[in-house]
Amino acid sequence: MDAHNEHAHEGVNYDGIVGPAVALGFAVFIFAISFGVLCVNAGGSVPKAMAMSLLVFTGASQFSAVSVIAAGGTAASAVIGALLLGSRNAIYGVAVAPWLPGSVKYRVAAAQFTIDETTGMTLVQNSPERKRRAFWVTAASIYGFWNVGTLIGALVGNSFDTQKYGLDVAFPAAFVAMVAPLLSTRKAQLAGVGGAVVCLATTPFLPIGAPIVISAVVALIALVPAQRKSRRS
Amino acid sequence: MSWTVVLVLAFGAFALKVFGFVIIGDRKFPPQVEAVIALIPAALLCALIMKDTFTVGHDLQIDARAVGLIAAVFGVWRKVPIWLVIVLACVATGITRAIS
Repeated sequence: MDAHNEHAHEGVNYDGIVGPAVALGFAVFIFAISFGVLCVNAGGSVPKAMAMSLLVFTGASQFSAVSVIAAGGTAASAVIGALLLGSRNAIYGVAVAPWLPGSVKYRVAAAQFTIDETTGMTLVQNSPERKRRAFWVTAASIYGFWNVGTLIGALVGNSFDTQKYGLDVAFPAAFVAMVAPLLSTRKAQLAGVGGAVVCLATTPFLPIGAPIVISAVVALIALVPAQRKSRRS
Repeated sequence: MSWTVVLVLAFGAFALKVFGFVIIGDRKFPPQVEAVIALIPAALLCALIMKDTFTVGHDLQIDARAVGLIAAVFGVWRKVPIWLVIVLACVATGITRAIS
């Protein structure tokens, strides 16, 4: 069988998956190093930072939990805020599940890797075979870079004065980069402004960390009537 | 940061992923639920940005972190990659602290 036939036999072109997956992985790598540093500086340890990245494996939630703990917030508000943020992975799961059929074991395993990057890469592919391939290639790239980066950051973290190098600003900077693409609709912009205003307004009165949870909830309650109105019109 | 926080978070995050992927699977969330969940990150991330930039404990405060935030917004506006956004913000805040 010559090379041409072999290609035709395979029938699927997998070009343009590995490159973007590695590029995403590299971006995540720098992000992961900052997470490792901030996590050990917030009273974590190398094993705790690694457990977060290996098991929790959803960047925004990990950053959010560490950020609340670092500010002196309660464990409860750190966890609730982080899980509210992680709830979008449930939506992602619904979106990618049709493209990743298999046994329950296979789907439970795939679920652990269902995050922003893998979902994005999967949904933009134009065939079922490419979607499945893109999901796993991106999962491998992100999981590898994320955990190696966390380990490096956690190992060097304690020798770092995060204040001196401005590294404490890695939190809001990362959040700005994450939120920017979400603010494309009017409703999302309202939710964002609502969250920001409620957070600042309640900070002096509520326990540290609680404003984060409250802002999300209040901003959303405020948006529910707006949604009803827009559906009627 | 306690092990309890780490493990509850690990379990909760995994449960949410499995809930969407395996339990709901081919079925759909009601559209209202989906719309609300889709808006949570915008509200929460903006709240986190405010807390990390303008608060110290229970006090509101404008300091060198605000310069970093401006640098981050500039970076995002110029569409630089996320790691460079972080580096720009840290450098801007670091320099502001060094000279003030």
